[in-house]
Amino acid sequence: MSDRRTKVGNTANGFSYEEPLIFEHSTDGRDGFSLPELDVPPVDPTELLPEGAVREDLRDLPEVSEVDVVRHFTRLSTWNAAVDLGIYPLGSCTMKYNPKLNDKVASLPGFAAAHPLAPDELMQGFLQLCHGLEQQLAEVSGMDRVTLQPAAGAQGELAGIMMIRAYHEHRGEKRSQVLVPDSAHGTNPASAALNGYSVTSIPTGEDGLLHPEAVEAAMTEEVASLMITNPSTLGLFEEHIARICEIVHAKGGLVYGDGANLNALLGITRPGDLGIDVMHFNLHKTFSTPHGGGGPGAGPVGVKNILAPYLPTPVIRKLGGDEGEGYVLDYELPRSIGRLHGNNGNAGMLVRAYTYIRSLGPEGLKRCAEMAVLNANYLLARLREHYHVPFDRLVMHECVLSDKFLHETGVTTLDIAKRLIDYGYHPPTVYFPLVVAGAIMIEPTESESVESLDRFAEALIAIAEEAHEDPELVRTAPHHTRRTRLDETRAARHPVLRWQPERSA
Amino acid sequence: MRYIPHTEADVQRMLERIGVRSLDELFVGVPKKHRLERALDLPAAESEQLLTAHLQALSEQNASTQTHDWFLGAGTHAHFIPSAIETLVSRSEFTTAYTPYQPEISQGTLQAIFEWQTMICCLTGLEVTNASMYDGASATAEAALMAMRCTRRNRVVLASGVHPHYADVVRTYLSGLSAEIVTTLRAEDGRVSGLADLVDDQTACVILQQPNFWGCIEDLKSAIEVAHAHGALVVVTVAEALSLALLTAPGEIGADIVCGEAQSFGVPMSLGGPHVGFMATRQKLLRQLPGRLVGETTDTEGRRGFVLTLSTREQHIRRERATSNICTNQGLCLLMATIYLCLMGRVGLRKLAELNLAKSEYARSRVRETPGLSLAFEAPSFNEFVVRLDGDAAESLARAREQGIVAGLDLAPYAPDLGNAILVCTTELASRESIDRLVEALAGGAA
Repeated sequence: MSDRRTKVGNTANGFSYEEPLIFEHSTDGRDGFSLPELDVPPVDPTELLPEGAVREDLRDLPEVSEVDVVRHFTRLSTWNAAVDLGIYPLGSCTMKYNPKLNDKVASLPGFAAAHPLAPDELMQGFLQLCHGLEQQLAEVSGMDRVTLQPAAGAQGELAGIMMIRAYHEHRGEKRSQVLVPDSAHGTNPASAALNGYSVTSIPTGEDGLLHPEAVEAAMTEEVASLMITNPSTLGLFEEHIARICEIVHAKGGLVYGDGANLNALLGITRPGDLGIDVMHFNLHKTFSTPHGGGGPGAGPVGVKNILAPYLPTPVIRKLGGDEGEGYVLDYELPRSIGRLHGNNGNAGMLVRAYTYIRSLGPEGLKRCAEMAVLNANYLLARLREHYHVPFDRLVMHECVLSDKFLHETGVTTLDIAKRLIDYGYHPPTVYFPLVVAGAIMIEPTESESVESLDRFAEALIAIAEEAHEDPELVRTAPHHTRRTRLDETRAARHPVLRWQPERSA
Repeated sequence: MRYIPHTEADVQRMLERIGVRSLDELFVGVPKKHRLERALDLPAAESEQLLTAHLQALSEQNASTQTHDWFLGAGTHAHFIPSAIETLVSRSEFTTAYTPYQPEISQGTLQAIFEWQTMICCLTGLEVTNASMYDGASATAEAALMAMRCTRRNRVVLASGVHPHYADVVRTYLSGLSAEIVTTLRAEDGRVSGLADLVDDQTACVILQQPNFWGCIEDLKSAIEVAHAHGALVVVTVAEALSLALLTAPGEIGADIVCGEAQSFGVPMSLGGPHVGFMATRQKLLRQLPGRLVGETTDTEGRRGFVLTLSTREQHIRRERATSNICTNQGLCLLMATIYLCLMGRVGLRKLAELNLAKSEYARSRVRETPGLSLAFEAPSFNEFVVRLDGDAAESLARAREQGIVAGLDLAPYAPDLGNAILVCTTELASRESIDRLVEALAGGAA
């Protein structure tokens, strides 16, 4: 291999580029900016500001041209997998296609160059959009009211649990516990703990479902809430959900719904109708806003009327009667839990989600759920003979496999994931949910065609064969990436979290 | 449906393979009684063409920097955004990737975060920083939580100049924990006052904003001495990140946590979000830092690469014992800020900060010499300051709006004791002529 490398240059392989850190491109005196001429009297900061208030230099920032910057980040981008390159089947992440129209409208100056603290009358278009989105999310979920403020699903959870706490406290009740099934996302127990609650884990039944008996056994008047993800992270609809909600309600508790997997339910059933009292929506999952390499997200929260007095402020209110027409941001909510976001939420994401819902309409949203579920079941049908399926039945939006059939080969879930990369696929979520050893959690979403699913299934089947024929090949994968496996232990033992210049003494 | 590729023939073929007769049968797990027996009551699907027109029309009902001269800041700042940022950030490989859990095929995102971490360390004068927080307000709240963990104390002292929204978010985040939050007085000159009376041996941290909400540059050094004398940590939050290019790095003079909002670095104002919070601290407090971290390592062939690291602090591993419940960072906004900092660079960022200072000094001098207007505070400022009016603030702002000027923030809901006062921000977008028009419009309301 090495003898085929070029003598000079920085390509890893033809047009695939190695790319140093931007700081290593830096050359004294080079610049990438242009500023307008000063049209006011110049000032000397050291004269104007107190002694010691002015810093000397920004010497670790790079000095590079615009060309350098554009090439640098364009090259870096080519090192990423992405939905627009192919199936990205991360379970519970709903990596569906992100429509380009949504990005385009969010960048219109009336949205992108508008300010959150402008007077209400100068942002009527935005407030109207938000009011519409709140109503749409309420209708989809069967909730009564929605706040768009939380910046992400985890912040939505925080808001939801805070409203639950405020509700109990207003009734003069001090409750100390939150119940969380063992298959839940880590954010659920973390959000409860951040609210000062102790967390009790409830075991999933042998069929992968949460059972009323398990909830009944844990449910006391010390329990503020049960947090439940439906469909669960095993891709299963919680069949006993209505009964479970009754049990929690009977002891005065409320039920929090983690909306991470809402995509499977659009137009099929509504959490609010099942007994859920409060839930968050992950707009970057169900409603197609881009994942952006790890955010920004947006995590609106829907509540039943009993929790409406506790919504974060401000709330958006449509004027009526003598008040005239239009929309206002209303801060008058005396029992509100307060503010969670510096402004009114991640508006740019709200514009995208609104546009998505308007693009699909009621039939389109239901079609998302149906095709997402069809795709997950189709993959399961194609893979069932080749991988262990811990809960083998019809699933919702995702299916969970494991590496159990391959134990004798020494090949693990991690190896399968890394070998998938050689086949040109982003791996599924691995080792989650924690209740399945060696879990491989696949969520294809509705965006994938049957041909795309076939190719992906064939790759997984080929890897299962390779595990038996040549396990070493799988265990040392990936082989065709610009980086092979990275040493995560070393990264954690000796953390290097920033670039350091080589300064001469 | 253009986003869903399935034909009816595909659906039939797939159902056969699964071994069911209908789509309905796939949902056998959802009990019949729970099925929604009607269509969702939502507007019908709309074509891309008509929807574009609808969104265009909605957007045109909002004022923006394109329709008005803009002097409203208060935590969201109107700065010029170089063209290269949108071009680069729009690349699908960045926008449609997720959290870099698989480092072999996520080096683009990981390296960009590593570069961000390096630049935030440089700007704050601290040793370690994370891969961003939701926004400046939640970063400040997370800093308070972190200080409580580090010190095992529960009292938080908020300086009077902390952005009222940040203070609100701190209160909300801490509301479920037995924390005590107290707020200092404001001195005549706009800076913090009476800090020494409030800091005690149970104080986890003092939170100061630099420059503060009123635009004043705080004397951080004295405040830090007071806090450290009681073993409290010092959190400095920065709502206008461009000020870091000009003012002494808070970490260099003893701040333990520096956090804030980096929207000024090339991120659109976008009606308040998504923006990008940052958070930096000392090496010794690293294990208490919330959020994702990217670290350098090598692959099996010894080549440099980057990975998410120290994740045992995080919720997906540690669950209820995690340092925070935060999961996502603000990847795409962080990328905008990183590209911005590269373009502006060592020299440009400083020049831009000085340009902002010069505009502000000009505006302040015009306010000083104009009858009916005065500066509320004498403390030095960066690009934002409070103007006191002889006339009614709301009326003056409305009159300015009629002239196409969004003149600033009416401080009546935030600081009624200031009387008729507005917070004015002058960035590089403000021309000398526009500043002159602003002053005239505001002075027109003089009694």
